[in-house]
Amino acid sequence: MSLFFALLFYAATLILVGGVAYKVYDYARTPAPLCIPTTPAPTTTGGVVLRMFREVAFFESLFKANLWIWALGWLFHVSLALVLLRHLRYFTEPVNFIIAFIQPFGMYAGFAMAAGLAGLWARRFLVERIRYISTPSDHLMLALLLGIAVTGLLMKFVMHTDIVAVKTFFLGLMVFEVNPLPSQPGLYLHLGMVALLMIIFPVSKLLHAPGVFFSPTRNQVDNPRETRHLAPWAAKFETKN
Amino acid sequence: MADETTPVAVAPAPTPAAAAKPAEKAKIEAPAYRELPFIPALQPGSMKDSRPYVANEKIQEALGFNTKLDDDWQVTHDVAIAKMGELLGQSRALKVFMDSCVHCGACTDKCHYFLGTADPKNMPVARQELMRSVYRRYFTLPGKLFPSLVGAKDLTKEVLDDWYTYFWQCSQCRRCSLYCPYGIDTAEVTMAAHSILDSAGYGEKYSNEIIGKVHRIGNNLGLPGPALINTLEGVEEDVLEDTGVAVKYPLDVHGAEVLLVTPSADFFAEPHIESLIGYGKVFHAAGISWTLSSKASEAGNFGMFIGNYEQLRKIALRVREAALELGVKRIVVGECGHAWRVAYSFWNTLVGIGAGANDPFAIQLQKQLDPNYRQPSHICEVTWDLIQQGRLKFDKSANDHRIITFHDSCNVARASRMGDMPGGQFEIPRNIIKAVANHYVEMAPDTIREKTFCCGGGGGVLTDELLDLRLKGALPRMQAIKQVADHDSVNFVAMICAICKAQFTKVLPYYGFKMGMAGGVHQLVSTAIVLKNEQ
Repeated sequence: MSLFFALLFYAATLILVGGVAYKVYDYARTPAPLCIPTTPAPTTTGGVVLRMFREVAFFESLFKANLWIWALGWLFHVSLALVLLRHLRYFTEPVNFIIAFIQPFGMYAGFAMAAGLAGLWARRFLVERIRYISTPSDHLMLALLLGIAVTGLLMKFVMHTDIVAVKTFFLGLMVFEVNPLPSQPGLYLHLGMVALLMIIFPVSKLLHAPGVFFSPTRNQVDNPRETRHLAPWAAKFETKN
Repeated sequence: MADETTPVAVAPAPTPAAAAKPAEKAKIEAPAYRELPFIPALQPGSMKDSRPYVANEKIQEALGFNTKLDDDWQVTHDVAIAKMGELLGQSRALKVFMDSCVHCGACTDKCHYFLGTADPKNMPVARQELMRSVYRRYFTLPGKLFPSLVGAKDLTKEVLDDWYTYFWQCSQCRRCSLYCPYGIDTAEVTMAAHSILDSAGYGEKYSNEIIGKVHRIGNNLGLPGPALINTLEGVEEDVLEDTGVAVKYPLDVHGAEVLLVTPSADFFAEPHIESLIGYGKVFHAAGISWTLSSKASEAGNFGMFIGNYEQLRKIALRVREAALELGVKRIVVGECGHAWRVAYSFWNTLVGIGAGANDPFAIQLQKQLDPNYRQPSHICEVTWDLIQQGRLKFDKSANDHRIITFHDSCNVARASRMGDMPGGQFEIPRNIIKAVANHYVEMAPDTIREKTFCCGGGGGVLTDELLDLRLKGALPRMQAIKQVADHDSVNFVAMICAICKAQFTKVLPYYGFKMGMAGGVHQLVSTAIVLKNEQ
């Protein structure tokens, strides 16, 4: 089983990193032929960096759109970030003092993350419009994330796992050594779902994470009168005149 | 209430398709008012029969598109999917937008067509999903392997029909893009869908016929040169009679300082022409030599509506050619929403009207244009600059019979700018109104500025067979107008868009308002400006 999970995580990491890298490359190489920022938009690059920061860190547009979705979504994402940071302790030795410091917060964030996900999922049943637009994969994605959160919390509070062995396992993977993973169903479930999430990341709506940085309506500077934005494929029209 | 209103005489809105089938839907009525904000319960399929006329073979052929759907569906299918692949490779926006949506629902209650029709396919996310489900099926691995799990669909005739129906129920107003956490812009998706439909031989008659006219005659309304001369002479006579001042409305004058490019509706439609009169008075009062062009007698560019870069460019090229021929120093654009988007945001890229270029094609024109002015300028920028310089005099009391509110047109509000500061597109028209009139009132804050509601007629749906859609789509805007009409006795809605003007003129009577309630910002300028005979 240890070998299975070792191979699974190597494969999952390869797919996640390779897949997202390919997507980022694909987005980056595809030209944006026209200047289409949603205005009013910043007129300087600095302004755009600020706009993107507010968008990514605070979900500014979503805040304007719908407070419920914003509150639940932001709660989930911030909690997830804390939980991920907390998990860095399984991959580093010695553990950075910041990571050590946030351990208790990361723990509470686990509950907040589950609560946010549950709320987002509830909306898919309770709000008619959102029920209409939900696909089976939307539900499965939430189930997967909630499953990861719940199994994680269970291991922390109900059925403890030998986390020292887990850490040894992952530190070993990083130097291509397979150490024994504690044989515990909760852990298997947790890790299996995490690996699945990593695998589907580059082919699913989770691409919104890299995608938001490439969204022309948000990342373009409002300067079309001052600068000519000509895509290579569009430049060829000019040679015809 | 609106329900009891009898449709009043129909305004001469520039809807060529109207002539084809007059009074076909005499019983179309405006929906009942509701309190803002409102979110309707879903009525699936309520708009499934709302479709514009399909372009005939002649219209399609003139633009170089497939003339009709192939008898063999597989052929049409392959053309459409190939075009989709091509567009995905050309536009980062489309590619990113296809991947990024998480179905969060933020946009679901933002579209005026959804609010007015309650058809769930008019929720922006659902409209995009029409294309996204096909994208997934042909361009993503999960869609190829597990189509039903991820909501992927084969492109069938039924799906393409759904595209035609619902992508022609989007006015590309971008209100949804304002609220999307990833900035997904349904307008981009709609444009791509229109482009794919055109390639497949499934074009919209209204838009494609108009584009044909621009190429054949020079403007959307098909007014030939002699008709233009006649109209402009008539305008000069009218203004002389009204004011005693000989204001000129020149055409094709070489060496004029300003080339004014304006929507062709300004030449004959009411209330559009009142703004044209206003532009001329502003230039006259400021002593600026200007000209219109018979070649570029149209600011509108429906190439944007059909999402076709080549058409967009070809139509814009007329303006470049006219500017080079006439040797003008400045290019100014009249009151037109999507035209201002194309001019402000796209002209520099398309045909080099702007600044900052380092390629020979663009430099040729940019050398000629005066760098001391914004190129191109909006007529409101010109007027506001002149007001600030004290070069225009007004008798504000001339507008005292009007209590005015301002309707932000979507393409100006969310897809362009005026002046040097972000948001200038909101301040400058309002500043002008306040400089020429005494009574000004704002509509509800969630319905103005970048949150403005579309008039319901933009994006290539300003055609009579879509009147039902247009009436329903106008509901949120009409509700906001009703609030200020009831509360503040507002009797004039000012705007800077030819399509908005035509749409309001048509729709207002159904909602119990007077048709003449809608008008241009330069109509107000025209009323109040003080002219002298000697410049």
